[in-house]
Amino acid sequence: MEDIFRSIDGFKKWLSENKEPDTASFLIDRASSIDKDIKAFAFLDKEKIKERFSCLKDGRLKGVPVGIKNNICIKGALTTCCSHILKDFHPPYSAHVVEKLLEEGALLFEGLNMDEFAFGSSCETSYYGPTRNPWDTERIPGGSSGGSVASVAAGELACALGSDTGGSIRQPASMCGVVGFKPTYGRVSRYGLIAFASSLDQIGPITRNISDAALLLEVISGYDRRDSTSVNREVPKYTESLNKDIKGLKIGIPKEYFIEGISKGVKRRVEEAIGVFKDLGAQTIDISLPHTKYAVSCYYIIGPAEASSNLGRYDGVHYGLRSEKAPDIIDMYINTRNEGFGQEAKRRILLGTYALSSGYYEAYYLRAQKVRTKISDDFKEAFKKCDVILTPTAPTTAFKIGEKTEDPLKMYLSDIFTIPANLAGLPAASIPCGMGENDLPVGLQLMAEPFGEEVIIKTAHAFEGATDHHKAFSLEE
Amino acid sequence: MKYETVIGLEVHVQLDTLSKVFCGCRNEFGGEPNTHVCPVCLGQPGVLPVLNKKAFEYAIKVAFALNCDIQKKVKFDRKNYYYPDLPKNYQISQYDMPIAYDGRITIFKEGGEEKEIGVTRAHLEEDAGKLIHDEKAPFSYVDLNRTGTPLLEIVSEPDIASPEEAYLYLTTLKQTIKYLGVSDCNMEEGSLRCDANISLREQGEKRLGTKVEIKNLNSFKAVRDALIFEEERQADLLEDGGEIPQETRLWDEKKNITVSMRTKEGAQDYRYFPEPDLVPFEVKKEAVDEIKKTMPEMPHDKKKRFKKEYKLEEKDIEVLIAERELADFFEEVSRETSNPKAACKWIRGEVLMHMNERNADITELGLKAEDLAKIIVMVEDASTSGLAGKEVLKENIETGRSPEEIVKEKGLEQVSDEGELEAIIDKVIQNNEKSANDFKSGKENALSFLVGQVMRESKGKANPKLAGEMLRKRLS
Repeated sequence: MEDIFRSIDGFKKWLSENKEPDTASFLIDRASSIDKDIKAFAFLDKEKIKERFSCLKDGRLKGVPVGIKNNICIKGALTTCCSHILKDFHPPYSAHVVEKLLEEGALLFEGLNMDEFAFGSSCETSYYGPTRNPWDTERIPGGSSGGSVASVAAGELACALGSDTGGSIRQPASMCGVVGFKPTYGRVSRYGLIAFASSLDQIGPITRNISDAALLLEVISGYDRRDSTSVNREVPKYTESLNKDIKGLKIGIPKEYFIEGISKGVKRRVEEAIGVFKDLGAQTIDISLPHTKYAVSCYYIIGPAEASSNLGRYDGVHYGLRSEKAPDIIDMYINTRNEGFGQEAKRRILLGTYALSSGYYEAYYLRAQKVRTKISDDFKEAFKKCDVILTPTAPTTAFKIGEKTEDPLKMYLSDIFTIPANLAGLPAASIPCGMGENDLPVGLQLMAEPFGEEVIIKTAHAFEGATDHHKAFSLEE
Repeated sequence: MKYETVIGLEVHVQLDTLSKVFCGCRNEFGGEPNTHVCPVCLGQPGVLPVLNKKAFEYAIKVAFALNCDIQKKVKFDRKNYYYPDLPKNYQISQYDMPIAYDGRITIFKEGGEEKEIGVTRAHLEEDAGKLIHDEKAPFSYVDLNRTGTPLLEIVSEPDIASPEEAYLYLTTLKQTIKYLGVSDCNMEEGSLRCDANISLREQGEKRLGTKVEIKNLNSFKAVRDALIFEEERQADLLEDGGEIPQETRLWDEKKNITVSMRTKEGAQDYRYFPEPDLVPFEVKKEAVDEIKKTMPEMPHDKKKRFKKEYKLEEKDIEVLIAERELADFFEEVSRETSNPKAACKWIRGEVLMHMNERNADITELGLKAEDLAKIIVMVEDASTSGLAGKEVLKENIETGRSPEEIVKEKGLEQVSDEGELEAIIDKVIQNNEKSANDFKSGKENALSFLVGQVMRESKGKANPKLAGEMLRKRLS
């Protein structure tokens, strides 16, 4: 099958020249046929997409298939967060990012699979079952935006949106060999994104190359008065940050990210990438982010604490699942939530409820907030010395389906390198940098100061210019 | 009494903003169930709260009026608990940084004694919806129209020493807030709600006794009655050597008693934490100064000014300033007539009578200050009599027609034409020769009898003052 989604520009050219009698059906059937082995879609409403195709606006993304993670609301479309508890929820509103994409003529594909409520790093906690890694269908695609990422990596769609709370865009992008970009907290409106942890969540693009990510970022960024945490700050022309020289750019290499537990293959690829940057004239600087080791514990207090409250609303009273066993209000609550939430969701709700409980609040939540400030301060200090920070995105390549489901702690550690950027609210991207163990993709993470998206784009684009890693495609014959 | 009473009140006031506190829905009492709702106040997933600036402004106004300090930074918190009328299962409230704190309210006790009651804090939060129970159905209905109405919770210090003081605190608080125009403080419609905390301790004891919280108080009278009942109940218990358990009790208005609702063991853990969907913001001094400029004159200052400017009796002033609208009305009438004493007399007498009869406040009565001023002027310059003036006022309130029109149509003009009066006086003197002679021989009383006869003859239209003067001239 022809790879028509190498780049958005390339696809637009294909679109203008193609001789398919029914382009919409062709694109839908094509995606659906590839997806048989991948299961990137939790569900696919072909008629709805056809209908959308017939009334696209003119714009920079006219006709471009964009996957939407199933926690981003599209008016009238089934939006479940891949949880049974929202089994029939059709929001009467669209997310800000969805409105922005529609204004540019994008063809939206909803229903991309994810870990339930974005709780997970492997896309295995979805109520609809796991998504598979296009490079090896026995393996996980990473998570929680596993469906969005796999759909792009498998060439089903041109690009997709995911959400990133602790690495949910970057970690799967790394494991599937595509670009995943988490913007600065507040850069993209969260209006219409079903919350996991409000102070950490951010929507971002998943693409085959950094140029496409820059374009999507330019489209979805910007102030939205409906989200009080969105920042009223002009959106730079990210696409103009491409093709910039990186001579003299100072790249910080934090020693805390090259630790035991990181696989040999990953380490080697990242070190090679550092060599590439040196050849391009960049300067590498050894830096230290001393509080990195507390990031995972800190995240597993703050994230679940906010989640336990955000998920309180799923109680069977107003919408979504209501248990049949509801003789009174208390049993209705208990049985609805017991039947509606999966194991990981329950685990996080319990963790968060505990962390906020009177008598424990100071020891857990308040302490975690203090650690969060320390982690932010580490970055502030580091960015006095460098322009961008380079690390591996994930400690390993994709693992096998079922390999870590019984050991949540092991699973949580796969986000060890992505979590700090969420805690500090920084922009961060993962870009492909070659193959590691089992010939699976490895990702390189670039982090910048708040609102420093341009420097990431510039750095990543220079790397793409010097290497071919981003051109590797999973379904190549 | 052997015991000393300690009372603290928690008052919730709904702020009368056009839209709700975190969404654009209309903030209005009543309406068909679930018609003033949107995804935000319904707690649907993915939508976010945005603070209504007006609610913030109103809260600051109350803070000023209650002499509170204003927090430099506004921060919201989530109060987590499960209840079907709370669609998100958390309430956006303020926990450790209330918008206003450390204020005071002055109450005026019987006999003119002043007392200051401390205000611990006032914080902004969202109201919950309502459950409607159907005795016949095995389920309840949820109406979320009220969800997201801005609420200001005002907590007093335990400075209140009696049920009567509690009553005065509430009436003063209500008057203050109504003056600001930020709430109508209507307890029947629930725009003002009150919970009371009461404990007893032995005279002279410094430590506080165990407190009991009383809920379901639906009027100021209920607050007073419940506190009186509770004061006695607790005193009896202590007298018998018993202990007061810490609990929440409900006021039963029909039986005039409080009954236990839950004890402390049932206390909830609300798991407060900072609301991540609303970014804390600095309260800028300039913004606060702007709000300060829009503050109306408060009752205390108005009272002083009325005394100085209009030279009225204290009792009269109390009545006039009870409500801001009535005070404004008085000032307008006073200005138009240049006669504050007459304006006061008419408002305290006739206008209040009409208001009471119709159970209306001054704005509902529909009387224009301009019209009352005209009537007062007519009576004062004697173009109509006092009695006729009252009739004109009644007619004007009922029909809204102008006083001039009513006077003309009903023929209520006073006869001040000397020629016309001369003829009537001639006739009266002729018919009452004895009285005329009595007056001539020095009996002053006889004059008022003669004036009365003139009035009778003229069917009440004669200007009595003028008639008196003319009679005196003729008979001297």
